[in-house]
Amino acid sequence: MGVDAFEITVNVAKLILIFLMMVQAVPILVWLERRGSAFIQNRLGPNRVGPLGLMQLLADAVKFLFKEEFLPKKAVAFLYLAAPVVALIPGALALASLPLGSPIEVAPFAMLGREWGPYIFKVQGYDIGVGIVFVLGVSSLGAYSLLMAGYGSSNKYSMLGALRASAQMISYELALSLSLVGILIVYGTFNFYEIIAEQQGPLEFGMFGREFRFSFLPDWGIFYNPIGALLFGVSAFAESNRLPFDLPEAEGELVAGFHTEYGGFKMLMFYIGEYGHMIVASALLAIFYFGGYGLPIPSWSTEAVNGFFAAKGFGSTSASLMTALVSHVSILVKIGIFLWIFIWVRWTLPRFRYDQLMDLGWKTMLPWALANAVVTAVWIYVINIK
Amino acid sequence: MSALFAVIFMAVFVAAFGTFLVWGTAKLGPKRVPNEVRDMPYESGLPGQDMKTTNISVKFYLTAILFILFDIEIIFMYPWAVTYLDAVRAGAGGYLLAVMGIFVLLFVIGLIWEIKSKALEWD
Repeated sequence: MGVDAFEITVNVAKLILIFLMMVQAVPILVWLERRGSAFIQNRLGPNRVGPLGLMQLLADAVKFLFKEEFLPKKAVAFLYLAAPVVALIPGALALASLPLGSPIEVAPFAMLGREWGPYIFKVQGYDIGVGIVFVLGVSSLGAYSLLMAGYGSSNKYSMLGALRASAQMISYELALSLSLVGILIVYGTFNFYEIIAEQQGPLEFGMFGREFRFSFLPDWGIFYNPIGALLFGVSAFAESNRLPFDLPEAEGELVAGFHTEYGGFKMLMFYIGEYGHMIVASALLAIFYFGGYGLPIPSWSTEAVNGFFAAKGFGSTSASLMTALVSHVSILVKIGIFLWIFIWVRWTLPRFRYDQLMDLGWKTMLPWALANAVVTAVWIYVINIK
Repeated sequence: MSALFAVIFMAVFVAAFGTFLVWGTAKLGPKRVPNEVRDMPYESGLPGQDMKTTNISVKFYLTAILFILFDIEIIFMYPWAVTYLDAVRAGAGGYLLAVMGIFVLLFVIGLIWEIKSKALEWD
């Protein structure tokens, strides 16, 4: 994880911070969800505890901590207790492998009587060269926690919810991974940093020997592969079990689906897992189709921002740090916008029926994703004919 | 290699965090009083059934098998997709396109057969 004590410390701190970031986002998102749903349904929502009701979730967390421990009599105790813990892992592992800002270059410096550095710290937990393959692999592990919860609870509603959840997740996994083939053809790499670097600057591309340039638009993936972006977004909703795809919960038919028998903090941990999935899906949308940590204005590339701070009189380390901060805020804003869309859709659309859900996944999204990949491949071939 | 250590560290840390929370909240909350009715599975007030008497549709099993088949086919497209652009620029695009065409054709035949044989109908 590093060559000396300083680098190892920073890398471990980064991992822990990213996980805590995911956990911390949950109270804010739950507040946003409640206030947002109230706003959409013309109600008030939580507004009494603290400013704008922001303290409500702290009060809830304390309440969750002091709930009575409950274990259904017929439950398989190990599976029942392990399921919420397993629910946390996929989201955290996937989130830590996503780049959340431009790399920080630290020039050599003296501390504690010796020379340290130079270092390059990436604003991500770990850089795995095959990026997206790892994320897809890890985030599909989420089905295990739902199955464990469903089987462990020994409740027929939980079991039905868990089975639906796993069938739904694996069905939409196909459309999700296939919808990315189109954009991977366009970029020709798995590496997140190379993908983001490709999306810097204004929109320009060559076609049939001519050059096209739109200096007012950023060079984002959505302009190259809009259908892929739409399919990816929709499958991401299904992967994170959100309305209109929340059949695993379906409170009208299955009480509360796979977490019927759960309460207190254990239920909250399922929520952390679900919101973790949403954050990962939003970040992937931002990275593949909306320029990642790049700024939306074409002339403000990462190098330009770095040059701006250097010209203002910052040292090389602090200029790099400021650039990372700006790019971090940029991707957080993009993630926030997509998270709001998740919430907005949830309180606007009704739920699918189960057979309609499976039909949509297998008979509509999968063929469209395949067609998207094939058309992209043929198009790339045609425009490059000399 | 160092990325692998980081991944393992992260997984262990998150698992430890979760285990601590599950254990800690069990210690913090009020003690459990055994109660026959409360410990039954919650089924809207009806007497609870044991899971062992609930039948599960074999359709779920079929869906899982079909998923594995198609998912492996899709993963085979990934290395092809990342090398395709360079190959096209180097002039080998036609060959790669034809080879992947055959593969996609098999994929499509499989999908059509699966839909025709009503493997995906839910009733």
